[in-house]
Amino acid sequence: MLTTVYENLIVQTVCRIMVPFIQIYALYVIAHGHYSPGGGFQGGVILTASLALIFLAFGQGAVTRRINRRLAVILASAGVFIYAGIGLLCLLLGGNFLDYAQLAKILGVTIPRARSLGILGVEVGVGLAVMAAMYSIILDIAGSPAKPETKSRPISENKP
Amino acid sequence: MLTVSILKNLSANDICAIVLIIAGLFFFFTSTVGILRFPDLYTRMHATGKGDTLAVLLIISGAIVHHGLNLNSAKLTLIALFVFIANPTATHAIGRAAYRCGIKPWLKESKCTNPGEPHQ
Repeated sequence: MLTTVYENLIVQTVCRIMVPFIQIYALYVIAHGHYSPGGGFQGGVILTASLALIFLAFGQGAVTRRINRRLAVILASAGVFIYAGIGLLCLLLGGNFLDYAQLAKILGVTIPRARSLGILGVEVGVGLAVMAAMYSIILDIAGSPAKPETKSRPISENKP
Repeated sequence: MLTVSILKNLSANDICAIVLIIAGLFFFFTSTVGILRFPDLYTRMHATGKGDTLAVLLIISGAIVHHGLNLNSAKLTLIALFVFIANPTATHAIGRAAYRCGIKPWLKESKCTNPGEPHQ
């Protein structure tokens, strides 16, 4: 595991301050997706951006300790499962695929409320899937984490 | 005259907003000139890192003055705070990375034949 990265107190502190706010904003974009621009895709990408920020500031070990590749694949599958499950549930209840109005039968709420909740569930599924898929793409781009730090050369050794 | 009648109808709020936004545009202009005319990475970053942050802050505060106090201006304040923290940090990270990669700062003594090119 990569333990020593180019440690930088300023970047790490700012990252530590900003990551929770970025993640809250991502959840806001996901949850507010049916009233304003945004939604599952955008919110998921913002979530991944916060993970990428941790990656850059603290090294690969800091993020893979929280979400490893296995968990990323599982989360992506779970997101697709939520999306397709809500769609198929509507199909089973006698409507079309993703016909949220049918959800009113099992949720026990009015039809507009059921549509809103159905959209929210789908957004959450899309957000999870996008977040996990983007995250595993970033891990694949970064490659294997086995290389230790190489010492940076002092400036005077370089030829102009 | 049309412009005179427009100027007469401006409130104090509008004038403040216009002054702030024009000041922001001025700083954007200077940092753009800096990024085009300065010789190497460090001096260009010196121009844009400070100039852009201040320009964004001025333009956003102009928008806040224009909007008055409501939810939109609260969101704009958050954006300004975010830019104010993130932009200098990014500048610092880029500068530090460039220094550790061994990019030599531009000096007057070093013969830079083409001043427009970044110095290696």
